[in-house]
Amino acid sequence: MKITLKVWRQKDTNSKGAFKTYQHDHVSPDMSFLEMIDVLNEELTHKGEEPIAFDHDCREGICGMCSLYINGRPHGPLQTTTCQLHMRSFTDGQTITVEPWRASAFPVVKDLVVDRTAFDRIQQAGGYINVNTGGVPDANVIPIAKKIADEAFDAATCIGCGACVAACKNASAMLFVSAKVSQFALLPQGQVERKERAEKMVAQMDAEGFGSCTNTYACEAECPKGIKVTNIARMNREYFTAMLSSYQIETKGGGD
Amino acid sequence: MKWFLDLFSSSLGRKVLMALTGIFLILFLAVHLAGNLQLLKDDAGKSFNIYADFMGHNPLIQLVSKGNFAFILLHAIWGIMLTIKNRKARGPQGYANPNKSSVWASRNMGILGTLILIFLVIHLKDFYAQAHFGSLSTQVYEGKEVTDLYTQVAYWFNVEWYVSLYVICMAALGFHLWHGFASAFQTLGLNHMKYNPVINFVGKTFAVVVPIAFAIIPIFMYLGISF
Repeated sequence: MKITLKVWRQKDTNSKGAFKTYQHDHVSPDMSFLEMIDVLNEELTHKGEEPIAFDHDCREGICGMCSLYINGRPHGPLQTTTCQLHMRSFTDGQTITVEPWRASAFPVVKDLVVDRTAFDRIQQAGGYINVNTGGVPDANVIPIAKKIADEAFDAATCIGCGACVAACKNASAMLFVSAKVSQFALLPQGQVERKERAEKMVAQMDAEGFGSCTNTYACEAECPKGIKVTNIARMNREYFTAMLSSYQIETKGGGD
Repeated sequence: MKWFLDLFSSSLGRKVLMALTGIFLILFLAVHLAGNLQLLKDDAGKSFNIYADFMGHNPLIQLVSKGNFAFILLHAIWGIMLTIKNRKARGPQGYANPNKSSVWASRNMGILGTLILIFLVIHLKDFYAQAHFGSLSTQVYEGKEVTDLYTQVAYWFNVEWYVSLYVICMAALGFHLWHGFASAFQTLGLNHMKYNPVINFVGKTFAVVVPIAFAIIPIFMYLGISF
């Protein structure tokens, strides 16, 4: 296969980027998209040019590290992660445009690499549960309906890749945050911090500068893990209930 | 009260205002349409004029009407502010290929809303303002003198560009409702597999039937069809 690649090149966060076109003549349909860039980078390195920087890690579709906005869609034409996308999904002679995730909260670090630590900070704000130390509890001691457990696990499959933010015209992070809120809100273990979690995670999401949800559902259409927008409605419920009924926590400094 | 301000300044709370005002405006549309359909009655505007007079003088309706204006303004201003904030969240550098994995209307609520707002200004100037502050002629029905709003409506609904504008704006309203109706429920967190099909069906039906029914009135009056 021969393809033309239009790739966003940007030296660092503060410099201005631009598209650069590469002719790639040694593409096998069995290559993954990332392997295709690996081969191109090899060529660039031999020519003494700067290779294209992009994020990747497990290449098994479970780590959430790979990104790439390919031909107008996060993770490309299939609803999967970019590492699981193969060149057979494209046609010989096709021009492929590759851009980084675009969001104020995801600044470009270099080329196609963006800084997604905003997601980590949202998780740190409330995406946890407290567990007491002591004897190991029996795994099946807490009864829970199968349907509810399934729903919590479906939400927990979110790998935090940021495709939802990339697809959303408002760069809204609600699909991600709602999946993280839901996975705990549904389970008995998540009840202790339930209200606090919704309040803190939403507050952190807003502080990071993500947009509002306008229910276009582009996020659901592009999510490689099939996270449902019903989670967003659940987060809305969780947040409104929390804000209307939680104890207001007042912090005072000093102490003496 | 800080928590209350926090709630409504959060990205979720801002949307609640859009959803609640939107649902109120949907109800308003239904009532407004029921009144307007009397324009098509073959009685030279008698029932429409009596209805308009009642709406213009009943104190309760007048109170709701003031609220309605406030909600329209709130919905429009808040919508514009949200659109600006959301554009900022995307950042200065946009995509070369914008994502198209969603319904067109859902991505263009701002443009559709602006069209509806422009329509409202023209609409209120020619009808509402004329009925309340203008110097329209009057008609006497069963000994009661009422403003002859019907003649004013009939005049404009005989002007081609006015009828065309009306129909185009009703199409915009239809697309706005196509997304907005069900969207309001999702924003309020009212999403449940038992009720989603009902909300979607009612929403889509409303989005098609109501704007068409509104648009039929000027078309029929232009063509001189009445019942």
